[in-house]
Amino acid sequence: MDGVVQLQRQLVDYTASLFHEGFLDEQFNQLQQLQDENNPDFVVEVVSLFFEDSERLLNELAKALEQQSVDFKRIDAHVHQLKGSSSSIGAQRVQKACIAFRNYCDEQNTEGCLKCLQQVKHEYSLMKTKLETLFKLQRRVLAAGGSIPKPI
Amino acid sequence: MEIAGEVLRRSLPEEVGVSYGSSSDSEELHVLAVDDSYVDRKVIERLLRISSCKVTAVESGTRALQFLGLDGEKNSVGFSDLKVNLIMTDYSMPGMTGYELLKKIKESSAFREIPVVIMSSENILARIDRCLEEGAEEFIVKPVKLSDVKRLKDFIMKGDGEEKGKRTILKRKMQDDIFSLSSQFPASNSVSSELESSTPLYLSKRPKLLNRG
Repeated sequence: MDGVVQLQRQLVDYTASLFHEGFLDEQFNQLQQLQDENNPDFVVEVVSLFFEDSERLLNELAKALEQQSVDFKRIDAHVHQLKGSSSSIGAQRVQKACIAFRNYCDEQNTEGCLKCLQQVKHEYSLMKTKLETLFKLQRRVLAAGGSIPKPI
Repeated sequence: MEIAGEVLRRSLPEEVGVSYGSSSDSEELHVLAVDDSYVDRKVIERLLRISSCKVTAVESGTRALQFLGLDGEKNSVGFSDLKVNLIMTDYSMPGMTGYELLKKIKESSAFREIPVVIMSSENILARIDRCLEEGAEEFIVKPVKLSDVKRLKDFIMKGDGEEKGKRTILKRKMQDDIFSLSSQFPASNSVSSELESSTPLYLSKRPKLLNRG
């Protein structure tokens, strides 16, 4: 059916663009490989956990940077966690933004940290939108009777 | 096993995820995974289950010790009936680090033989050295891949006697080949130079890191 083929092509192209633009890296492929008929929602589940975790951490970071006396150790710990979970799902740009953030923590530079927080929030927000679009496309393919192509 | 299972469900906190394989218990490897990150626990659980391992995933070193019955609490029940074949722990965790957990396990006569693998997102040589020195089987830089799990599983399935013999031979050979190692492995420059200057004793373990493929 033309509809399914077109949708699948759209999905493949969109996925490829996310890799090409550096939003996703190889780790995301690894996660897709772990999904099968017995665990058809694995990737969505892990990514949902990532969204929850990240939003919690971003809130904590904002609060910590508002304090009179900034606790850089605590901030670094939060950024480290965010860096870890973004790495685990292949959210490459978020991960990179976290690396830059940690450098400013090391320098105990509040101004730098605030800028980095904005950058990380921005990257996270982009990532979230793109992944939600990806999952929507996948659902459309499945609804049309097609299957999600597995990464090579 | 049924009774042990019931006790497990009743007394352990909710964050412990236990899976019981459908095939006979003695054939499936049972891995205790320790990580404070929800995301990482979910991923490691899946990696292990897809590799036909039973998984118990806990969020901290304290919980891990409770599970093993090593926490010294009067009321704790040791679940050593549920034999653990491998422990995989994150390094950086609040409270007890993976390194501290490793030490406690290696200090215990009941559990010191269980291979412990440390996982870390940071590739810090001093950290790797410390863990290997303390008896960690391997140090894996995150994110953990399916190939890492497969490799670990093969290593454990091979069995103690045979594998230990092979490893001893490998160690002796490596000590002979110390200075040819850096040319054999096309690792990053910093790792190569570290190899040449580090003590031979732990060199035998290093190649495992580079052979991740």
